[in-house]
Amino acid sequence: MKVRIDPEICQGQGRCFSIAPGIFDFDDLGSGVVIGDGTLTNDTIELARLAQSNCPEHAIFIEE
Amino acid sequence: MSDIVEESVKVPVDDFASDWDHTDPQWVNDPYPIWEDLRERCPVAHTDRYGGGWFPTTHEMVSSIANDTEHFTSRMVVVVHNKYPPNFIPAPIGGAPPITSDPPFHSIARRVILPAFAPGPVNALEPQIRALCNKHLDHMVGREFVDGGTDYAQFIPPGVIASMLGFPSEDEEIFRDIVHLVLDLIDLPSEVRGPLFQPMSEYFGKQIDDHIENPRDDLTSYLLNVEVAGQKLERQHVAGTMVLILVAGIDTTWSAIGSAIWHLARHPDDLARLVNEPDLMPVAVEEFLRFYAPVTMARLVAEDYEFYGCAMKKDDWVLLGFPAANRDPNAFEDADKFIIDRAANRHAAFGLGIHRCVGSNLARLELRVAIEQFIKRFPKFELVDGDTVTWAPGQVRGPRHLPLRILS
Ligand code: HEM
Ligand code: SF4
Repeated sequence: MKVRIDPEICQGQGRCFSIAPGIFDFDDLGSGVVIGDGTLTNDTIELARLAQSNCPEHAIFIEE
Repeated sequence: MSDIVEESVKVPVDDFASDWDHTDPQWVNDPYPIWEDLRERCPVAHTDRYGGGWFPTTHEMVSSIANDTEHFTSRMVVVVHNKYPPNFIPAPIGGAPPITSDPPFHSIARRVILPAFAPGPVNALEPQIRALCNKHLDHMVGREFVDGGTDYAQFIPPGVIASMLGFPSEDEEIFRDIVHLVLDLIDLPSEVRGPLFQPMSEYFGKQIDDHIENPRDDLTSYLLNVEVAGQKLERQHVAGTMVLILVAGIDTTWSAIGSAIWHLARHPDDLARLVNEPDLMPVAVEEFLRFYAPVTMARLVAEDYEFYGCAMKKDDWVLLGFPAANRDPNAFEDADKFIIDRAANRHAAFGLGIHRCVGSNLARLELRVAIEQFIKRFPKFELVDGDTVTWAPGQVRGPRHLPLRILS
């Protein structure tokens, strides 16, 4: 499982990196970015899903 | 600026579905039942007031308008009687970029200010904000009666913004007058309202001149010197962005802090939970923002356009109710309940789409710290019986007078 942020959709709402700072970070303009290649483990998947369910722009995608 | 007539005589609203007015006392005091009724009945309300406009009430509609900059322009975002005042600067730049800008200029004006409000520089302000909160709380301790609005909430955002822009902090009163003029006094006829802007332009002109003569490390000097494609910004652009930051940064957050305190005064269980579980704060802040979202925006219809069966005409107003979207039961479970530990919360308090609030990191920080410090000093308080809470009219909603009794 991998998580990614679509930069075209993200408006820098900042929810992802506040909820899951180990998975997401932000760039100089405050947009959300995924740390590393976004691979999720059993330990991080729930947190990634929680971040996803708090992104107002629906910019976070979790894929097989 | 403060000695002008505030109440103009107007006809009370009988049916908000065909004659909405967001300055009607019923709406100002408690808009939520009105929105709920309209959402079930319409769901797009209409008015002939303000030259004609629409008010969509579902999350889906609000989201689609916010994301459709082709049919809905941002050249005016505050509903007033005169759509094109004499000093009007048309889109795509508008009077207060980027909020009054349309694409493609919008992203240029937005990128200019984004770095200043990114998490890094904003988080560095936390100690300063905490100290500011404590300074005002120090004046309140020992009293049985305090006002959560006029003794506290109204002071926090102006102090922060003044220091970011590099304006003298003793000018706070002037900032609140400016905000009052832009956001509250919207119902005045344009002949009365127009000239009131003169002192504001003069004030900003003075600050800009002072920063040109004495450049320093603040947002004003940054805006005066930043280059886009090798060119400095025009003075008018800098002044417009400064007005925007001042107006967008003060009333909004002041209202959010006030509403949160108002909620806690009426819900001792939630207050006790926050006092006992400080880690809950970030989640609670999001629910405060959803439930009491202070900011409603506006758009103008760009061309005649059919929207959900409504024949919208060019230049009709559209009141963009992010607070109403946040109470839509189709978008949120138990939308009408305040759930302090709500886990999934895609609220739209900061807007949606390209105009999404630039200042949200700062707003969240101010709200969290202001509440943390308040409940640390006053772990128990309630509303004062028989005394009235008053609410700001217009598109930014929050308590202005918030009389509280401190319980020991
Ligand atoms: C709780 C506090 C706040 C709320 C609820 C709020 C809400 C909003 C909303 C709904 C918008 C969207 C406007 C639109 O769609 O036309 C917006 C835009 C904006 N806000 Fe905030 N705001 C808050 C605090 C702040 C602060 C503290 C600042 C900065 C000091 C700020 C600066 C801005 C700016 C610059 C824009 C324009 C962005 C653009 O057009 O691209 N806001 N805000
Ligand atoms: S929560 Fe969504 S919009 Fe916000 S920074 Fe993260 S991905 Fe972007």
